[in-house]
Amino acid sequence: MEAINYLSPTAQMILFSALKIGVVFGVVMTAVAYAVLVERKVSAWIQNRVGPNRTAPFFTQYLPVIGPFLVRLGIFQPAADGLKFLLKEDFTPSYVRKVYFWLAPAITVIPALLTVAVIPFGSNLGSEKMVIADLNVGILYTFGIVSLGVYGIVLAGYGSNSKYPFLGSIRSSAQMISYEIAMGMSVIPIFILTESLNLSDIIRYQAEHGWMIIKQPLAFVIFMIAAFAETNRLPFDLPESESELVGGYHTEYSSMKFALFFLGEYANMIASSAMMVTLFLGGWTMPFIDALSLPANSLLLGLIHIGVFFAKMAFFMIVFIWVRWMLPRFRYDQLMDLGWRRFIPMALANIVVTAIVVALFNN
Amino acid sequence: MPQFTDLLFYALAGLTLLFGFLTVLNPLSRSPVTSAMFLVLTIISMAGLFVLLHAFFLAAVQVLVYAGAVMVVFLFVIMLLDLKEDERRHFNKVAVGLGGLSALAIAGSLVASVVKSVPVSATAGRMAEGDTKALGRLLFESHVLPFEILSVLLLVAMVGAILITKKDLR
Repeated sequence: MEAINYLSPTAQMILFSALKIGVVFGVVMTAVAYAVLVERKVSAWIQNRVGPNRTAPFFTQYLPVIGPFLVRLGIFQPAADGLKFLLKEDFTPSYVRKVYFWLAPAITVIPALLTVAVIPFGSNLGSEKMVIADLNVGILYTFGIVSLGVYGIVLAGYGSNSKYPFLGSIRSSAQMISYEIAMGMSVIPIFILTESLNLSDIIRYQAEHGWMIIKQPLAFVIFMIAAFAETNRLPFDLPESESELVGGYHTEYSSMKFALFFLGEYANMIASSAMMVTLFLGGWTMPFIDALSLPANSLLLGLIHIGVFFAKMAFFMIVFIWVRWMLPRFRYDQLMDLGWRRFIPMALANIVVTAIVVALFNN
Repeated sequence: MPQFTDLLFYALAGLTLLFGFLTVLNPLSRSPVTSAMFLVLTIISMAGLFVLLHAFFLAAVQVLVYAGAVMVVFLFVIMLLDLKEDERRHFNKVAVGLGGLSALAIAGSLVASVVKSVPVSATAGRMAEGDTKALGRLLFESHVLPFEILSVLLLVAMVGAILITKKDLR
């Protein structure tokens, strides 16, 4: 470890950034795999079933009590699923537009993974800040990248060159643009209060003045519901609604390309959960405990902060999954009505009221 | 590291020009969707140029507004119309002439402003840093009137577009 001190600051920065990118990528990918498992287990629990409980690699039979227990939890299921996706036949229908058909799954995954770069998932470990890129316009970066996510779905529909994927992609482009507006407007009151676009600053503000979810409950509700629409999750999964459009935009896809759409959806869920935690639930801080609201001064505390962040994120992931199995799907006109005629006026009113209150109390 | 940023500038500028060229004249594909996608890439590489100028706010807004919203609507319309005839390339002589003329005019004014501009020392430009607060101050304090006029203009354009599409209103 001593050798690190001899490197130039630039080299250190590159080394640590590469390390952070690698670790975050690994964690997000693992989290995606296990989010699928949680989704299956929670849905099974809600529908009074058992869920995946059979996948057992050879070594489990040598573990006395733990082995069968892990198998019943389905711990090994994601590995089996991943292997299955890799080995399945990758079929490309003859009528597709090949370039777009191949590009679309990648374009879906990349923005979802890029979003995580600006999220502060902990205070610091040693002297290293636990955020890959501490941008001054962090939140705008996130919105910019998220808004590119729609291309994956639109191009999947266009590239598939058949009617159901096409309808799915048309739906999704309209839906995602509409809810991006509501989402973007819902967070403006937060910036009025914190006077910063930097996500680390927003967390610091919340540690000092209390969580945003208490100060801006309306903004939180709008942001969260818009997040459901942005990630194409029920009750807003119109682009892939299987009862009308077979599979929506991914009807023609198989094997790993199909899996990439799934990966993108869950990575998006993780990114939106992380955003909600950062913007509304104080990020890695906890109120009333000083050690948990100030930047860490020891490795252990740094790890605890990361743990707090992940616990809050897991909570939102469970909410995402829970809602999916509890609510029926919206009709398309209801979806548009909710977005344009309810959320956007509400978000605008919220901005005006917040601005007036801030102007009155700051002077 | 000045050399590295220079390298990035030339790479991004080259990419912007290349993608821009492919938007207008693509030898491999004549589909309007491909053109639209290259326009998106042009916009994204231009956002990269803004980042090199330390104008992070502009870069983010460029991607958010143009690449993320305007172009999606473009794509939406192109896909819905399914422009089959336009895939065959036909040149309207008047349009080519007018387009060339306006391109020349823009290029001329750009060259003129570059020639006229006084080179600023590298540090002076960095002071602004594309700071969002400074930008907000400029827009809402010293330039508030042009800014508001511009927003009203946009609103008028929007209302006009809706009026044109709503036939039964007349």
